[in-house]
Amino acid sequence: MSAANNVNPPVVFTQDELGWVSWIDPLPEAELTERHFAGLVDRSRSKSEYFRLLVRDPEVLEARTKTDKDIFYNVADGLPRAERELAAAATSRYNGCIYCASVHARFASTYSKRRDDLQRLLDEGVGADLGERWNAVVKASVALAATPIAFGPDNIDELRRAGLDHAEIVDVINGASFFNWANRLMLSLGEPSK
Amino acid sequence: MGTKDIIDTLAGIEPDSSLDAIRGRRMQARDNAQKSYLSLFEPIDAGDFSLLERAAVALFVIGLHREPDVAGFYRTKLAATADGARLVEAVDVEIARGETSGPYGAFPAGPLSVENKAGLIYRVSAERKPDLGTRLVAAFEHAHLLVFRPRDAASADMKALLAAGWSSTGIVTFSQLVAFLSFQVRVVTGLRVLGASLGHTANAGA
Repeated sequence: MSAANNVNPPVVFTQDELGWVSWIDPLPEAELTERHFAGLVDRSRSKSEYFRLLVRDPEVLEARTKTDKDIFYNVADGLPRAERELAAAATSRYNGCIYCASVHARFASTYSKRRDDLQRLLDEGVGADLGERWNAVVKASVALAATPIAFGPDNIDELRRAGLDHAEIVDVINGASFFNWANRLMLSLGEPSK
Repeated sequence: MGTKDIIDTLAGIEPDSSLDAIRGRRMQARDNAQKSYLSLFEPIDAGDFSLLERAAVALFVIGLHREPDVAGFYRTKLAATADGARLVEAVDVEIARGETSGPYGAFPAGPLSVENKAGLIYRVSAERKPDLGTRLVAAFEHAHLLVFRPRDAASADMKALLAAGWSSTGIVTFSQLVAFLSFQVRVVTGLRVLGASLGHTANAGA
């Protein structure tokens, strides 16, 4: 268990790099077996407290990681990476995951070169005006994150009007939906630290 | 893409339809969303989180989302799980008691505090506690937090689960199950809405 007095939690959304500390015990690196390494997918993830915690259930972690990678990294076709990251950042901003929002706003900035717009999303919230196409992606992500789910035909129409085809709309649905998975783990099993 | 997976079934996507073809462009994601479901509901080892507990939490979580077709699938699943049928009514009553709208909750004290939004802090009713038992009572209360106000989560919530008899590994799998279902129900709903806009009928076969 991490010493609470070493944690310096951020109190605003930021694109800075943050750490994350677990509230329950991750597996010690020395106890990882080949079953665990299969769950980690990338061996280097054994250095991360978050992944050594999730690897307590290696089969679920492996499937989750491979789902994540294909939704975000498979850019052979479909929505540009920047806008998949925008969906992740907007979902995280709306759910309130400061850690996830920091990572994915940063990625969206890197791929879009629109760092100031991402900062406005973080500072002003999901109502920030980022132009028609990004507004449609943010609004669809927010509608999907609501419980009960508020996503409807109007979101599809807006995404279409903004120029997205059906495969790109599915990338928005997948990316935003995935962060309703990721946010809940990051928010509830530990906390970010500056 | 051949056989329908669970998301196809719940979203009403037929083989060789245009949505099936689009899903086929992300085969690794499609296969691993299915593997996630299977590893959560047909695990190698259910020692830290029983199959009955998994099915009960799943119905509770999906019921709170008010997507009746998906909830119907998980209600059938709980009823078909050993010892599960006796819990269906209690879970349905608790779903009705827990219904609200999210996300809400508090941010860390500071500039974001103006965005704090108060809402229901759900607790299992005293009448249902004997049916559900200590572990499921703690699980339902935490699952409600995860569904509606995940930003309220604190280290004390982990201690509450540990005190109710959950192991650290059990907490990880339980958290994954709730978080995965939050993903699955959104993909299903999103694809159903898109499918309907393409003029397909989208009746879930489950």
